[in-house]
Amino acid sequence: MMLSLLLFFPLLAAIAVLFSGTRAKHIALGATILEFLISISLVFKFLPDGGTQFVENYWWVQGLGISYHVGMDGISLLLVLLTTFLLPLIILSSFQHKHKNPGLFYFLILVMQSALLGVFVSLDAFLFYVFWELALIPIYLICLVWGGKDRVRITLKFFIYTLFGSLLMLVALIWLWTQTPGNHSFELSSFYALNIDPANQTWLFWALFLAFAIKIPIFPFHTWQPDTYTDSPTAGTMLLSGIMLKMGIYGLLRWMLPVIPEGVHEWSNIAILLCVIGIVYASLIAWVQKDFKRLIAYSSIAHVGLIAAGVFSLSFQGVHGSVFQMLSHGVNVVGLFFIADIIERRTQTRDLDALGGIRLVAPGFSTYFIIVLLASIALPLTNGFVGEFLLLNGLYQYSTPAAVLAGLTVIFGAVYMLNAYRKIVLGEAAASTQSFTELNTNEKLVLIPIVVLIFWMGIYPDFFLKISEPSVKDLRDIIYSASGFSSN
Amino acid sequence: MTTLIILTAIGLSCLFAEILGFKKFLHVLVLAGLVGALITTVLDWGTNAPYFNDMVLMDNFSLAFTGLLIILSLLWFIMSPVFFEEPSSKTDHYALIIFALVGAQLMASFSNMLILFLGIEILSICLYVLAGSRKSNLASNEAALKYFLLGAFATGFLLFGIALIYGATGSFNIQQISAYFLENSSQPSSLALAGTLLILTAMAFKISAVPFHFWAPDVYQGSPTVVTAFMSTVVKTAAFAAMFRLFQDAFQSIFSVWENTIWVIVVATILLGNVTAVFQTNFKRMLAYSSIAHAGYMLMSVLAITPGSSSALFFYTAAYSLSSITAFAVLLLLSRKSGDESIGVFRGMARSNPFLAGITIVAMLSLAGIPPLAGFFAKYYIFSATMQAGYTSLVLVAILGSLIGVFYYFRVIIALFDKETDQTSIESSVSFNALLLITALAAVALGLAPGLIAGII
Repeated sequence: MMLSLLLFFPLLAAIAVLFSGTRAKHIALGATILEFLISISLVFKFLPDGGTQFVENYWWVQGLGISYHVGMDGISLLLVLLTTFLLPLIILSSFQHKHKNPGLFYFLILVMQSALLGVFVSLDAFLFYVFWELALIPIYLICLVWGGKDRVRITLKFFIYTLFGSLLMLVALIWLWTQTPGNHSFELSSFYALNIDPANQTWLFWALFLAFAIKIPIFPFHTWQPDTYTDSPTAGTMLLSGIMLKMGIYGLLRWMLPVIPEGVHEWSNIAILLCVIGIVYASLIAWVQKDFKRLIAYSSIAHVGLIAAGVFSLSFQGVHGSVFQMLSHGVNVVGLFFIADIIERRTQTRDLDALGGIRLVAPGFSTYFIIVLLASIALPLTNGFVGEFLLLNGLYQYSTPAAVLAGLTVIFGAVYMLNAYRKIVLGEAAASTQSFTELNTNEKLVLIPIVVLIFWMGIYPDFFLKISEPSVKDLRDIIYSASGFSSN
Repeated sequence: MTTLIILTAIGLSCLFAEILGFKKFLHVLVLAGLVGALITTVLDWGTNAPYFNDMVLMDNFSLAFTGLLIILSLLWFIMSPVFFEEPSSKTDHYALIIFALVGAQLMASFSNMLILFLGIEILSICLYVLAGSRKSNLASNEAALKYFLLGAFATGFLLFGIALIYGATGSFNIQQISAYFLENSSQPSSLALAGTLLILTAMAFKISAVPFHFWAPDVYQGSPTVVTAFMSTVVKTAAFAAMFRLFQDAFQSIFSVWENTIWVIVVATILLGNVTAVFQTNFKRMLAYSSIAHAGYMLMSVLAITPGSSSALFFYTAAYSLSSITAFAVLLLLSRKSGDESIGVFRGMARSNPFLAGITIVAMLSLAGIPPLAGFFAKYYIFSATMQAGYTSLVLVAILGSLIGVFYYFRVIIALFDKETDQTSIESSVSFNALLLITALAAVALGLAPGLIAGII
């Protein structure tokens, strides 16, 4: 029951919000905080070694082997926590904007939350697909209605691009369904039990890989991302970068690696190659960006490239690091986009060259900024360090050159991020920053939890690592036992 | 069987309404009669009874489709009181629609080629007249003439086909035809094969599949909007029921003869329908091309000889027709004042008419096949039946088509949120709003609980 409550409470709240007019934002905030508390209560009930928990399993369409089957293991739990933790912050950060038609705006955000949570807890492929697609509609409308100037073209490209991937995934899932014995079933476990011959694993790999790679996004399927991030309203960008792209990585972990392990072994080198190219390529582009929001967008491609590379290294550290780094990236990137939003709202510009000297007028803001920024470039004691360390370690076990190339992200990241910081915060005060005001309470309420989490995850990562460790081990066992490859 | 009698009785009483002077109550009478017909259909469920010396077979397949056709007609009647406002032709409009429904029911329940032919003709002749029912309108006349000429042509093909098959098998009965083909499946006579292909041509015309679709855009655009709505829902559903029965019952044993032909038709229909729809600015014409594209998806079920394909087709026609009715009803409301039928009429509605905009979004998303709406499950259902039959490449084409479909369905959604245009709020009657709400909720309900009708056949 708890999971269904978690899944559908935001949906009920969304309907209430839709008809609540100007009070929408407060109701939405209250609902997401309540939702966060529900998810916290699940943490206390969660047994780290207990496998998949809180399971609910009912038939949805019995004749077709479709069921409403949800449950959580450690990996799901962490992503659920990420979602419920970030949503109140995203809503709070949007308080600074006066959105037209707030009822609809917060309605869509809450529907989105339901869909995202659904993706992370589904254990039935059909259910997973429905939630996966359902998440796309609200974010599309958020970007379409409240987005920037070129939103119509950009959002349509985004939608069609991701739908293309999703539909390929649908074909793959239906094909897997036709292979299940008896009356066919969409159960995750029945997919795990399949013995698929290598030729079919190959095309399944590419169909699923495309779907997830577009969502993540992995080079060269990332072209929708910078435009969409830049043109969306800040809340939309945060939802996309903070949570939605984790759907792709989660999809790899849950629906691809264990289902077609041989296909993954066969082709993971190409996947890692694409990831590494993406890391270097996106870092270089981020380096020359003048627009701060765009810079974060490209840096995000580099970071998630590393996460995906860690997954495809198929080593324990790599996969474990990817789970941890999904959390830290989610927290950090939301922090960064919020800071970009604060700057844009006060100065009306995101152009690095037009900014400068904020430290002189707003030292408090500059401190928060540098903390989030250092976390994003993986300084020790911050969350980014733990994740990148594990990821690079895992990648190193796979191949040294790949690890070295991917490791460049740390150096590049430091270069472009610190460079941006220098231009925005240090130096002479620019005309645009003369009247830069310090953070108000609302803004502090968003940034303080983020900073707390950055240090908590950086100094005591064990709390989070312990939750996911047994699940990652299970995952590894499934991958290696199914394919007969030796585990390391 | 009672259903057929009730429907015919309503049709006849419509004709006499003018003379006997109960015109005022006609609308209520028709609605009540349709509800009665629906009830008798439900009561007949599972009886599987043949009638008229095996000319009609009321099995669950035909009853399910009959029920769907009656429900669609009911919704259609709630949508279309405007159509009957013209005092001079009120009663014959009612009669024509009801008789068309009778034809549609025959098409869904025939087990004899003659009944198929009669059904198609009863349906078509009513529609030729209805298409031209705006007598002073040039486009309406053009639509009627085009529809009539090409329709008569296709009927010719059908009759030729039936005659040739009769020549080869000595029977009009589809069981006996099927038995003949089963016996001679290795070497069927060329007469029968030619007959099959002629019938295929005629049916492809009726469902407006490429390359026999040329009439559809003009007829859809030129006919009065309510008639177009009737054509793209009731008529299409009936035609598919007939085609499915014909090919999966009578011609199944010579599957290899028509397999490739239909395969090519499916690919062409999906691609051409979707691509051409992208370039339309007139909403009705866009829906016409989209209905061609949907015919392509539905035709996949004819090709997929698996136990689930009839259910898949039934679900698809239901989901598609419900959302089409929603779309046409909204258009009817918006274009009533201005007569403008371009996509532009939807501009800026999200702010001025949030209810209508919400309904439109549901309809468009369902037609585009986005979860969790009925249109998605329908597509999924057809795709999975097709994959089970082994046509993975066909599913890939269909997916490409759905992707193109997003372009034009989303154009409407984008227009709804247009910021520049200010629309005045549009008034509509309670029954009309109820209709919109019912069809939209049905699209949601069928998407969330597809089990309601997914496995009933």
